[in-house]
Amino acid sequence: MFNRDRWKEILEVLTTNWFRTVLTAFGVFWGIMILIILLAAGKGLENGVKSDFGGLATNTMSMWANRTTIPYEGLPKDRRYSFKLEDVQAINENIPNLRHVSPRNQLGGYRGTNNVIRGLRTGAYNVYGDYPEIIEQQPMTVSSGRFINQGDIAEARKVAVIGNGVRNELYSMGEEVLGTYIKIQGVNFMVIGTYKNNSSRQGEEGEKKIYIPFTSFAQAFNTANRVGWITITAEDQTPITDLKMDIINLMKKRHKVHPEDRRAIGYNDIYEEFSRVDRLFAALELIAYFVGTLVLLSGIIGVSNIMLIVVKERTKEIGIRRALGEGPWSIKKQILMESIFLTIISGMLGIVAGTLFIYGVNALIAANGPVDMFTNPSVNLGVVTIALSILVIAGLLAGYIPAQSAIKVKPIEALRTE
Amino acid sequence: MIEIKNLHKSYKMGSNALHVLKGIDFSVKEGELVAIMGSSGSGKSTLLNILGMLDVADEGEYNLDGMPIKNLNETKAANYRNKFLGFIFQSFNLINYKTALENVALPLYYQGMNRKKRQEKALKYLEQVGLKEWSHHLPSELSGGQKQRVAIARAMVTEPKVLLADELTGALDSKTSYEVMDLIQQINDKGNTILVVTHENDIAHMCKRIVYLRDGVIVKDEKVKQVRAKEYVQ
Repeated sequence: MFNRDRWKEILEVLTTNWFRTVLTAFGVFWGIMILIILLAAGKGLENGVKSDFGGLATNTMSMWANRTTIPYEGLPKDRRYSFKLEDVQAINENIPNLRHVSPRNQLGGYRGTNNVIRGLRTGAYNVYGDYPEIIEQQPMTVSSGRFINQGDIAEARKVAVIGNGVRNELYSMGEEVLGTYIKIQGVNFMVIGTYKNNSSRQGEEGEKKIYIPFTSFAQAFNTANRVGWITITAEDQTPITDLKMDIINLMKKRHKVHPEDRRAIGYNDIYEEFSRVDRLFAALELIAYFVGTLVLLSGIIGVSNIMLIVVKERTKEIGIRRALGEGPWSIKKQILMESIFLTIISGMLGIVAGTLFIYGVNALIAANGPVDMFTNPSVNLGVVTIALSILVIAGLLAGYIPAQSAIKVKPIEALRTE
Repeated sequence: MIEIKNLHKSYKMGSNALHVLKGIDFSVKEGELVAIMGSSGSGKSTLLNILGMLDVADEGEYNLDGMPIKNLNETKAANYRNKFLGFIFQSFNLINYKTALENVALPLYYQGMNRKKRQEKALKYLEQVGLKEWSHHLPSELSGGQKQRVAIARAMVTEPKVLLADELTGALDSKTSYEVMDLIQQINDKGNTILVVTHENDIAHMCKRIVYLRDGVIVKDEKVKQVRAKEYVQ
């Protein structure tokens, strides 16, 4: 393999007709470049869409109580009910493999009225009564101060963590936020921290929320042990989609909801949504490989074609070599190596060109600001490795038929050709 | 050195077969210089191809230095050709993008000899044919006689048991032909066995023995008084 004379000969053969070699190489170059660019574009789209989830714990569902729609056990339909704190405990005790079960209550909402006052300024915000684990399920960056902790829950402290959007509206520029008070529906809360959103989807709107301890919420706004909704995250190895029905059935039993009542409990399964997105991108990647490989294939057929011509041209020479005692396997190896060498060199140039192209696109995006749904198109080492192995196999395939035809001709016949 | 018994060979030409060799019995001792003569179509080239393991006989025995040559696969045949035989062709058959030295070293490369040893040995043989100064020239830069001498060096470099020459002077003018034959005679003087296929009378008479072939059979096999080519070379 690492034989100086063999390599010398490969170069001699490939350089005798420069123009032809370059044209042939271009087919493979183009194919692999298209493959790389397609894969990178797919990755960019995937990165763009997934960044919308903003590090959200994806193995998560939330559920809430609606009105019942079927009468059950003597209870009428259209009955209102709500989840209780005890339900959280019951879920924890009965359903295995859960990581976090967080109850939540909420004030305000879509087009809510002004509910928060600070001095002369007012605003309408979502106010959540939450447990500290919520930050693991819906990650946010605490930009100053701290988030709610267990102490706040235990002592029902009247403290609040506000979003930067809230701060911008209720405070002047540069004004100290921590330690000040805001009035939420007439109850004073001390601000102990501010947060920044991780997800790009909601923008400023996502930072117009206020988090207060669940227990303080219950005390201040008189919700007792009622729970507005429950957010449940399962351990990584168990998809929440598999546990979903168990949890809902448990809730139906505890609240005397008819087992067939589909609308009594509302839920939102992020895992399912996320895996749909995942499947979409797996399909996109498959298409990229398919199209790229087909383009590459036409390049490979070109190489194979040229190798056939080269073999034809060298029939006499091959005859001489065989008369001098070169074994058929050695001749075959020579042709195969020429073909692999040609595909690999042109393929690597294609990879480099594709990578440079992506680099250029990245630089453009960086210079002109973010593009919707398209972030950081890239190819990883794995893809390059796959591309290289495709090339080696391709080179082998391209050289196989020519190599076979090179040794098929008998030496005397080869010697007779002019 | 070479022993052939009852050799037959025919080629299929569509529906009828062309019987080229019709039972050849023939032997060559070590150190002989034999000319095989015959008009075209007499089967002399076919005989040489079979002797050179480039073709196989339909029937008959072939022993080379006591070793039976039959049922060879391509790999083995290539190996035997490389080790036991040296070929000299009418059209020289040098590889045109390799220098004289590389051409001569080629058979050694197939033996797996290392580069340095190979080049030393090839240079030694080029020197013997008087072309040491031309070792780094391409075949296109050499005259016909020089090319044939490079080819002879290439045939000699593996120290084969037998040299097979097919019309080796066919593409040369008579002066150069005699120079090349002089070289062949010198090589033969050192004890090498050489078979020359030719249809030229004067070339045949520069050998020690002439075998006449006609229509696939040997019609005459005689020892002759060797004419030294040197006499014609100024």
